[in-house]
Amino acid sequence: MAPREYGIYIHIPFCRQRCDYCAFVTSTEHDDLIDRYVDACVAQLLRERRESDGIPATVFFGGGTPSRLSGDQVRRIVDACGAEATSEVTLECNPEDLTALTVHEFAAAGINRLSIGVQSTQPNVLKSLGRRSPENVLEGIEQALHASDLRSWNLDLIYGAAGESDADFAATVESVLAMAVRPPHLSAYGLSVEPGTPIARDPLRHPNEDHQADRYEWLDSRLVRAGYRFEEISSWSLPGHECRHNNLYWSGGDYLAIGTAAHGHRDGRRYWNTASIERYITAIETGASPVAGEETLTSDERWFESATLALRTARGVPWEWLDHAGLRALESRGPFVVHRGGRAVLTVQGRLFANRVAQFLRPFVRDGSCSL
Amino acid sequence: MASTPARIDQSRIRNFSIIAHIDHGKSTLSDRILELTGAVDARLMRAQYLDSMDIERERGITIKAQNVRVNFRDHILHLIDTPGHVDFGYEVSRSLAACEGAVLLVDASQGIQAQTLANCYQALENNLEIIAVLNKIDLPAADPERCAAEIEQVLGLAAEDVLHISAKTGEGVPELLQAIIDRFPAPTGDPDAPLQALIFDSAYDQYRGVVSSLRIVTGTLDSTAKLRFLQARQDHEIEEVGIRTPDMVPVKSLGPGEVGYLIAGIKDVRAARSGETVTTAIHPAESPLDGYLDPKPMVFCGIYPIDGDDLPVLRDSLDKLKLNDASVTFEPESSHALGFGFRCGFLGLLHMEIVRERLEREFNLAVIATAPSVSYRAYLTDGSLLSVDNPTELPDPSRLDRIDEPMLKITILSPAEFTGTIMELCQARRAELQRMDYLSPTRVEMAYTIPMAEVVLDFFDALKSRTKGYASLDYEQTGYVTSNLVRVDILINGESVDAFSTIVHRSQAEFYGRRMAERLKELIPRQMFDVPIQAAIGGRVISRETVKAKRKDVLAKCYGGDITRKRKLLEKQKEGKKKMKSIGRVEVPQEAFVAALRLED
Ligand SMILES: Nc1nc2c(ncn2[C@@H]2O[C@H](COP(=O)(O)OP(=O)(O)OP(=O)(O)O)[C@@H](O)[C@H]2O)c(=O)[nH]1
Ligand code: SF4
Ligand SMILES: [Mg+2]
Repeated sequence: MAPREYGIYIHIPFCRQRCDYCAFVTSTEHDDLIDRYVDACVAQLLRERRESDGIPATVFFGGGTPSRLSGDQVRRIVDACGAEATSEVTLECNPEDLTALTVHEFAAAGINRLSIGVQSTQPNVLKSLGRRSPENVLEGIEQALHASDLRSWNLDLIYGAAGESDADFAATVESVLAMAVRPPHLSAYGLSVEPGTPIARDPLRHPNEDHQADRYEWLDSRLVRAGYRFEEISSWSLPGHECRHNNLYWSGGDYLAIGTAAHGHRDGRRYWNTASIERYITAIETGASPVAGEETLTSDERWFESATLALRTARGVPWEWLDHAGLRALESRGPFVVHRGGRAVLTVQGRLFANRVAQFLRPFVRDGSCSL
Repeated sequence: MASTPARIDQSRIRNFSIIAHIDHGKSTLSDRILELTGAVDARLMRAQYLDSMDIERERGITIKAQNVRVNFRDHILHLIDTPGHVDFGYEVSRSLAACEGAVLLVDASQGIQAQTLANCYQALENNLEIIAVLNKIDLPAADPERCAAEIEQVLGLAAEDVLHISAKTGEGVPELLQAIIDRFPAPTGDPDAPLQALIFDSAYDQYRGVVSSLRIVTGTLDSTAKLRFLQARQDHEIEEVGIRTPDMVPVKSLGPGEVGYLIAGIKDVRAARSGETVTTAIHPAESPLDGYLDPKPMVFCGIYPIDGDDLPVLRDSLDKLKLNDASVTFEPESSHALGFGFRCGFLGLLHMEIVRERLEREFNLAVIATAPSVSYRAYLTDGSLLSVDNPTELPDPSRLDRIDEPMLKITILSPAEFTGTIMELCQARRAELQRMDYLSPTRVEMAYTIPMAEVVLDFFDALKSRTKGYASLDYEQTGYVTSNLVRVDILINGESVDAFSTIVHRSQAEFYGRRMAERLKELIPRQMFDVPIQAAIGGRVISRETVKAKRKDVLAKCYGGDITRKRKLLEKQKEGKKKMKSIGRVEVPQEAFVAALRLED
């Protein structure tokens, strides 16, 4: 039997400055550990990847700010992953790290997809998010990518920051769509208030639910008009540019967790590594396990999890898995789902209420195969 | 092993209560007495030693009176530390009934306050000997000369007899103890007469059952006797008789004038209430002692278990609480919004808050209290009279002839400079000035009658904040008067939510309605449709707010590390739905009701 497709997630927890909304595991004070950290990631990969696993379908450098690594450091990790040309190898980067040279170096290191955190082009919005960004960020990206032959790339946006007007958001989106080469993939997140962040402590910067809903509705119709297709609640792509790595997450696929705070999944067992950079490095260096926690899902939990994840995507779930009468009673701005090839797929309204819709997944269909 | 001298010489016993306005230092003085007499080992000493409940220690106030026996210069002293807050005046009156003397403590930096007067009058009514004591003389702001003059002028106690102490440093405390021996009378009572002992306090201990504090009036309580409880008409075997030193020490017998505790294996909390007279089954006394009048509750509210399954536990807990706090009343009631619970009566707002907190802590219950109400009298058009302490029981306006509300006579003591401010406040609260006296050139005493409902709202806080904390307040109930009252109902999506109905003066109806609707608008989570919140009198809407329909739930990303969190969130939401109360189609988390009601405090 052919080995199951799997991915590798590598967490790079180093940032220059912390953004005010950020709750990721990252540090601005451990740059001196970067070298040892890269060594540890390589060591962990060599230790945990089995020959029988075969070539990873995807590799994803997330952060933190992975673009702070040198091309050489990235290459060592990619090599240890055993990635090949067939693999999708993505690196998250911050715009200020992108130059024609770094893009060239990353490509040479085996990166064939970039995910660029722009969030907004509007200075007042970035200020409200507490995020620093270079001026004329989109031009900079165009120049950096001009000569590259990346297979694909993604651009991240955040909407609903307190200082953001409808016009601000439209300006960001229109300028992105007007780029010389449009991003083949777009992610847009509604700003959420994460406990412990500076924004959480500042109610004046909390997002407004109605504004976020308005922007989501507008964004979806604008992107569809521009030829993008909804892939998952917060992802849109041009045909053929879906992110394979994310789709592993959403289809219950397996992925290895490399680095501090990385999460992994293998066949119903979810686990996560220690959130401390030092403890992670020490664990790897002493041959100990970096895993800090794990859970093995019951079959019920697995069913519920994969159903809720699938529900968020363009694939949807089998039509009869939902209690449609129950859903209809709650619809006030149009239907939540449409019927597509025997499956229920969320409409824009349904996506706005995906959590609510998930409550209408019918437990009795759990038995038997849960293949989605 | 039980041990005690065969018979204690009565002339060497002194029984007294320490009384004062709140915070004037009663418990701190008790500390010094425990220390000075060696009752508590220095290593184990801590501030306000006798305040043993968690709530007392946290809030720094005494709630329950505590008695303890100490030895000083060949004498046995029974002291009772009493609470100073006006809500607990009942504790003071019960304590005074077990004593011959009262130590009246006055903070020398504050002088006479409202409860100084009220408690002093109570002691005089009980014919107790009073020793006036100025405390806190170590404070730079202390002005003992002025305070002593005030005591003489206002209370008629000679300034030269007033003692000066610092309960903090201990200065003057030995002299005070000597004065207690010299000036308070020893108890009298025939040790060979039939037993009459007064239970002045009872508490429930989960291991030992009911533990009662009692004072022997006549006769001797022998630990082998079989007891008869005269009012409850029950006989009980004694398990243990003892004294509090403050540790509980068993003794063989207690003679006249002695104070101690009694454990008689009583499980039913109603069988050993304070005010009960205990005698022996073999030679019973002919008549009981004067018991206590159960105090009349002033403030009522519904108390509901947050988890409906806890209803029997709540009932049991209230029963037990009532044993050491006879002033709480309760009877079953039900609410659409909150399920089954109890309508409870309290002596005041602090009392209500404390009872709720004790239920939560000591009995491990999660409860919610509805808005406080007083007890109204509704006269119906058919001539009948209905007593209404739950606003939802008020009949429809068409059936009402009139409503009377309970009044209070309040006494405010304040520095004279605040007279104007106080008058303004009282006027705004429908109060009528009865009398105003200058106790001294700088201190004024004002007497008002005021609707009890106004005081229950937030009068005390308003008074404190407008007088920078300098004014103090005492009150007593005084009859009913007819008033222009209406019931305001709160409707969520057209359905009235009984927990929020309230009876208010017509002039305040709109204010209450608007405030409650605004508050609920903030607290009720957005639903999948617009939800109107209305305040109404009868069928007439006086205020309206709308909780706009929800637009989205979560729009955050969902990657590898988010999956577990997401699943747990969704699972929890499923669970959470069960904890929602439905008001028609509207799902409201219990917490929203709780928060709306809590904010009312
Ligand atoms: N400086 C000074 N502070 C004192 C003295 N006696 C008491 N206090 C302080 O006054 C505050 C109140 O003291 P308590 O002994 O709790 O007063 P209380 O009269 O028992 O109060 P309630 O039981 O709530 O009525 C505490 O902070 C004491 O430390 C004193 O002689 N000098
Ligand atoms: S760059 Fe990304 S990971 Fe770093 S602080 Fe900002 S949001 Fe967080
Ligand atoms: Mg005290």
